Amino acid sequence: MVIRTEGLSFNFGNQQVVKNLSLNVPEGSIYGFLGPNGAGKTTTIKLLLNLLKIQHGSIHIFEQDIQTNRISILSQIGSLIEQPAIYHHLTGKENLINRALLLQVPMNRVDEMLALVQLTAAASKKAGQYSLGMKQRLGIALALLADPKLLILDEPTNGLDPNGIIEVRELLIKLVNQHNKTVFISSHLLAEVERMATHVGIINYGELLFQGSITELQALSQPMICIETNNTVDAANLLKRNSFNVIDVTDNYVYVPYTNKQQTADVNALLHNSGHAIYSIGKQQKDLERLFLDITQKA
Amino acid sequence: MKGFILSFRSEFYKSRKTLGFWASIILPLFICTLIFIGFYVKAEKLAGMPPMMLWLQFAGATLGIMGSLLLPMYTIFIAYSVNSIEHKADTWKSIFGLPIARWSVYGAKYLYAAFLIFLCLALFVLFTIGFGNLLSVVKPSLRFDNYHIEKELAQVYFKLFLSSIGILSIQFLLSLIWSDFLKPMGIGFVCTIAGVILASKNWEYCYLFPYSHPMEAITTMMHRGESPVKGIQIDVFTKDVFVSLIVGTVIFIAGYFIVLRKSVK
Repeated sequence: MVIRTEGLSFNFGNQQVVKNLSLNVPEGSIYGFLGPNGAGKTTTIKLLLNLLKIQHGSIHIFEQDIQTNRISILSQIGSLIEQPAIYHHLTGKENLINRALLLQVPMNRVDEMLALVQLTAAASKKAGQYSLGMKQRLGIALALLADPKLLILDEPTNGLDPNGIIEVRELLIKLVNQHNKTVFISSHLLAEVERMATHVGIINYGELLFQGSITELQALSQPMICIETNNTVDAANLLKRNSFNVIDVTDNYVYVPYTNKQQTADVNALLHNSGHAIYSIGKQQKDLERLFLDITQKA
Repeated sequence: MKGFILSFRSEFYKSRKTLGFWASIILPLFICTLIFIGFYVKAEKLAGMPPMMLWLQFAGATLGIMGSLLLPMYTIFIAYSVNSIEHKADTWKSIFGLPIARWSVYGAKYLYAAFLIFLCLALFVLFTIGFGNLLSVVKPSLRFDNYHIEKELAQVYFKLFLSSIGILSIQFLLSLIWSDFLKPMGIGFVCTIAGVILASKNWEYCYLFPYSHPMEAITTMMHRGESPVKGIQIDVFTKDVFVSLIVGTVIFIAGYFIVLRKSVK
């Protein structure tokens, strides 16, 4: 495991922001750390980077305790927390040079990073004049500068346009697949992470509600038969009287849990024989977005 | 130690385009130029003065405001300036997230602030000597070249530098904790006024109050020996200077632990 936390808890005053968190981030994964705003994501990330002092529990990164091996761990991590930390009075390139000086990284890395995040043309422009997307890209370049093994990114696509989001996503996938990095990325949008994450942790009110691979998350999602009919309420009542379980009824659709193909045919025959007009019927997987909402709202 | 040197270099790199850095150069240049012009214009009136008195007048013009206003306010400004770079850019989290020991980051920042004050005061010495000698060239009636005050002037400014360390530590900590300009500036300003009042009223315990130290440094600089001495003799290490250094060191160390305990927002 690249990141392993055990029983991690953190309080701001009386308010418990992180509760007994046990994260397991495997090597070479893109770990999507999901949760609504205020769920405790940023606090967790700050704990991982030793910016907040651990109150309860433990954090191991690269199998080393963060409290006793802070510097050797941090030298292998690149991070971006909330808005990128950029000196506005310096140019984009000077921001990178300053960091390169601190990290003793060769200066040619600066130009490489500028090219990687497509800021070469804007390199000598003051960072204060950058658009939000450019600042975010510069922040990613700063995080990648020292060629870290682990990238911890807190909502890195905040403020990016769809093109920017796709670029960041492709960049991260490339880093993991070709350069064997591990990426820990937080987001409040599942749709954003869904397309690249190999593993997911879902947090709300400081508690980890789900953790596992993306296929495990999908497996949680129960398939349903979705029936489009003229009178959904009557149809739902009829199905119930015939001992079918009805999950949901909307103006146009009735949802019944899917078990097998024959059951779909039985439902169809029953409704048809009772005079209901069936416009469409089929198996449907609950999408992850709904699943995410279900998981976070149940808590 | 390497982390400390890297951080110090980075402080210079970051600040070299800011007013905080340039103020250390422009301020002495501006004030010394003003006094130079004043002496140049009033050269006839000053012509008969003995060289030592001339130097005392010339250097004293800056030293008078230096102790009471310039040095405390400049120290407050520098302490704010080196910290506000991080507050404005929201970079505390990134510099404390670097693989560099926290004391290196904190210590380098503090020492850089002290370095800027030292630089500013050193330039005051340099410009005072330089402009004085220039006056004796452009106005030969002013006999600046007949007396040497370099050593004494350097001693006085070094004493002033030491006397600002207490204020620097306090203001550095305030500016580090608070991101806004008004709180550390307001507190610093009120304390400076109080310090000047206490020192000018010769309150017996004002050597214990850091904001009085620059003014105390000026009033205690002349050596008061029993036998009359030739020329000027400067007392650098007076008790107010020791108190300034002790207060400075204690608050610098305490500040580090406050920063450690204070979680990075």
